[in-house]
Amino acid sequence: MRSRGALGAAALLLALTGCSGDAEAPTLRVYAAASLAATFEEIATLFEADHDGVEVELVLGGSSDLAAQIGEGAPADVFAAADEPTMGTLVEEDLATGTPEVFATNALEIAVPPGNPADVRSVADLARPGLRLVLCAPEVPCGAAAARAARAAGVALEPVSEEQSVSDVLGKVRSGEADAGLVYVTDVLAAGGAVAGVDVPAPGAAANRYPIVPVAGSAEPDLAAAFRDLVLGPEGQRVLRAAGFAPAP
Amino acid sequence: MSLPRWLFVPAALGAAFVLLPLVAILARVPWADFPTLITSESSRAALGLSLRTSATSTVLCVLLGVPMATVLARTRFRGQGLLRSLVLLPLVLPPVVGGIALLYTFGRRGLLGEHLEVLGIQVAFSTTAVVLAQTFVALPFLVVSLEGALRTAGQRYEVVAASLGAGPTTVFRRITLPLVLPGLLSGTVLAFARSLGEFGATITFAGSLEGVTRTLPLEIYLLRETDVDGAVALSLVLVVVAVLVIGLARQGRAQ
Repeated sequence: MRSRGALGAAALLLALTGCSGDAEAPTLRVYAAASLAATFEEIATLFEADHDGVEVELVLGGSSDLAAQIGEGAPADVFAAADEPTMGTLVEEDLATGTPEVFATNALEIAVPPGNPADVRSVADLARPGLRLVLCAPEVPCGAAAARAARAAGVALEPVSEEQSVSDVLGKVRSGEADAGLVYVTDVLAAGGAVAGVDVPAPGAAANRYPIVPVAGSAEPDLAAAFRDLVLGPEGQRVLRAAGFAPAP
Repeated sequence: MSLPRWLFVPAALGAAFVLLPLVAILARVPWADFPTLITSESSRAALGLSLRTSATSTVLCVLLGVPMATVLARTRFRGQGLLRSLVLLPLVLPPVVGGIALLYTFGRRGLLGEHLEVLGIQVAFSTTAVVLAQTFVALPFLVVSLEGALRTAGQRYEVVAASLGAGPTTVFRRITLPLVLPGLLSGTVLAFARSLGEFGATITFAGSLEGVTRTLPLEIYLLRETDVDGAVALSLVLVVVAVLVIGLARQGRAQ
């Protein structure tokens, strides 16, 4: 009896993972950096309203992680990264259709728990001994930006933890475990009152440029190009601006 | 007794399902760079930290788990079944949930953390946090296997020893423990292996910093994004350690 149950389960597993519904409405798979979560969800809704029957599937995560997944053959149609070096790895692997276009920039901001208990006022304050600072690991875009910000301010930062993504940094600040973290302006805005923001002076030096490109080998090249155009166009830009992103220079 | 023949087909499928991914890792290992990859500074720091913290948490598991298993196996009290289920909860709990639970216990604003903070003790972001996370997830492994061994061994020898005048501590030390030594050994090895593989609770509760909290699984997770070869090489190291550990545990049981 038990073996038969196991066989049944295996059959069900095969049925579930097998391809089904090829004839259904086309799905556009958009791989986007985690910091784009809220804006791209809104843009995806706009896109679905414009294209009858098309379904946009958002895959959100760390940019480098997504780039690695696409490199391994993940079925992406569009890729939007949080910085240009990460996009560069995709271009090098000939997985980009045309040249990636920068659609927004995002500056760094210091996130602190509400009330700013450690009284952080500048990037230089982040180097204060005893202050529990959390950054992104230098391998991921927000960590690279943090390193640029530290260089620009002429300080050496010693974080207590180097997290995998900007949302992990925000989580540590939100929970009050960290006194401060370097995240994007848009993250502080999206967190509402859960964290407070302290401006980084001359953020231009540390700002990230977000490029977007249709992925080569996509089954829906026209839809992919249309999605990119929507992001670059006035409607997409309006959504991005409302979330705190700055326009492409 | 002969088995029905058709049984072998799903059995072989199952075995292939487990073994094939391991073969896939072997196939992807960049053998030429392998020595350089696993001896890089960050890899050695991660491996060293993993071994140190896993050894410490295994000792903690033995110190706490042996009495726990003995009490659960040798006494009867109201609510024991419920207590056992609760104590074994980390076994089925997603580790990330364990990490969140630990954060609200030992974290800065946690139940105990607040008081520890007053004493100047900071747990979060420290190697101590890694050890706590590993102990939390590994402890039930030791308790389960030791409790099973204790129940199988039965109480006959203990009763005889006690009737001959041995005190409870002597019985525990001279009879109970030696009797279940193989079970204790395999439980210890399992706890060590589980500590070594701990990821979810650590990254949630302890953070990730080279040499302090970034254990081998966390290092692999980070490398996977930017240095796939390095991640694969270190994964193989963990696979080899796991195979050794299973071998040890089997030997412990066979004795």
